[in-house]
Amino acid sequence: MDGSKFDDGSVDALSGEQKIRNFNINFGPQHPAAHGVLRLVLELDGEIVERCDPHVGLLHRGTEKLMESRTYLQNLPYLDRLDYVAPMNQEHAWCLAIEKLTGTEVPRRAQLIRVLFCEIGRILNHLMNVTTQAMDVGALTPPLWGFEEREKLMIFYERACGARLHANYFRPGGVHQDLPDELVDDIEEWAIGFPEVLQDIDDLLTENRIFKQRNVDIGVVTEDDVLQYGMSGVMARSAGLAWDLRRAQPYECYDEFEFQIPVGKNGDCYDRYLMRMEEMRQSLSIMRQAIHKLREATGDVLSRGKLTPPKRGDMKTSMESLIHHFKLYTEGFHVPEGEVYAAVEAPKGEFGVYMVADGSNKPYRAKLRAPGYLHLQAMDHIATGHQLADVAAIIGTMDIVFGEIDR
Amino acid sequence: MSDALNELGAHIELKRPDCVLSWDVAFGELNIDVTPANIAGFIEFLKSDANCRFSTLVDVTAVDYPERAKRFDVVYHLLSMYQNQRVRLRVAVREDEMVPSITEVHPSANWFEREVFDMFGIIFSDHPDLRRLLTDYGFRGHPLRKDFPTTGYTEVRYDEAQKRVVYEPVQLTQDYRQFDFMSPWEGANYILPGDEKSGDGNA
Repeated sequence: MDGSKFDDGSVDALSGEQKIRNFNINFGPQHPAAHGVLRLVLELDGEIVERCDPHVGLLHRGTEKLMESRTYLQNLPYLDRLDYVAPMNQEHAWCLAIEKLTGTEVPRRAQLIRVLFCEIGRILNHLMNVTTQAMDVGALTPPLWGFEEREKLMIFYERACGARLHANYFRPGGVHQDLPDELVDDIEEWAIGFPEVLQDIDDLLTENRIFKQRNVDIGVVTEDDVLQYGMSGVMARSAGLAWDLRRAQPYECYDEFEFQIPVGKNGDCYDRYLMRMEEMRQSLSIMRQAIHKLREATGDVLSRGKLTPPKRGDMKTSMESLIHHFKLYTEGFHVPEGEVYAAVEAPKGEFGVYMVADGSNKPYRAKLRAPGYLHLQAMDHIATGHQLADVAAIIGTMDIVFGEIDR
Repeated sequence: MSDALNELGAHIELKRPDCVLSWDVAFGELNIDVTPANIAGFIEFLKSDANCRFSTLVDVTAVDYPERAKRFDVVYHLLSMYQNQRVRLRVAVREDEMVPSITEVHPSANWFEREVFDMFGIIFSDHPDLRRLLTDYGFRGHPLRKDFPTTGYTEVRYDEAQKRVVYEPVQLTQDYRQFDFMSPWEGANYILPGDEKSGDGNA
């Protein structure tokens, strides 16, 4: 008896609707594992994903349009609001683009502070990503442990610039204010204790059976995928491409730091988790080196000139300084005509700013190139053939943040 | 660095003279102006040529110059992870002109081209799925064109009576202000207060 026949041998009339057909579901936009406002239209055959169409733009704020009507300095805070998990790394790209156009040399102390805070940003990001991805696949404890450390790091942000998240700290020509020595000491002290916390998270997850079952061999990317879909950062390195902009095209003073670049073998979610853990350890080592160098590099943190404000003391005594300060914060500085592309190795991958300047005080066009945008685009390719539950694991490991994708 | 870029630029021009209109190195970056018709073939060449191997598409975007006859510049950024080089391609197109899609060569161009279509209204021929990407469902206009106002044309609000979100024309309680802090000695294109009484208005 196969269920299709009744006892008397008669059969039900089959209508078209009764045929087995694929099922379309909406994943998000209010799904806790969608990491923000992602709407995925998934076509499912049973539990297998046949097609995945991401609908993005629910967090689109028109940043690029707004930037065209604001001065270069006023645009800086918008960069914080892109990838709000690691804000200073984005500011860095914006500042580098302006510095490239104007040919500004950043003082050494400011360079070291930038490196220090970029690496703090990387740890902030990876802590968030690793632990919430673990939550997506069922572990509840890691986020609690990870966020405690994030809190401490955000307090360092606050002590440096006054804001926990939207820093507005890196400025064209340096950083806004110098760090007090106590802050540097406290960061160093934190860097001593942090490996233990990292080890705790490591112990909790790395050999965890459920965590491995959910991540090993899930969302595999190959070298070919990386090139085809333009992936960068951890996604590219997980496939075995040793590509890190800090090494390949060094910016700031990354070329004088010693650090290793973890590279994956299998390109799956588990590899990416392991790499992020290792990157945090490497970032920690860079931070220690930066702190060491910071103690020797005493000097100004802004290259004084047209791009940067004069010292407060000068403003009290010099009329020119006062005028310069007023003009800088109203009219803003002028950037010579030209177009540049400046990229940094943000925690999520290559974050770039393409800037077209027309010689006025506002950018004629600014394009923000977010790494997550390309990763999410590859979602259809990667998720097809996986189970529905794996979609959450893949989104988590791709490190999707909507601030930067929707802009 | 720029020696290598000059060499690369010369090499590319030599190999594909039909595509390259001109090239230059500025701010340590190689810019190549390309004709729109052969863009897909040219990018394919850059991808496969042993001296280029620009295998990664970094970015596709556009810039609007309303005063030009060829209004838009479609800008491609390519990266070679093997040669550690970057290149920027610029394609000037008229408003009514279509650009061949490069999704066949770089699948990653899919969303970039959708976004350019969304933001600028440039149509890419042979694109598999040219829908809007970032703007709202049913949005009208192309926001990143210079003639599109920053405030947009419609605003949304939840209507308690109709129990749904309604679209209305933008009504601002205060005008959207564009402050102009440009110094009157350079670049200010308005009549200074008080000057309107003088003969030609801008003395």
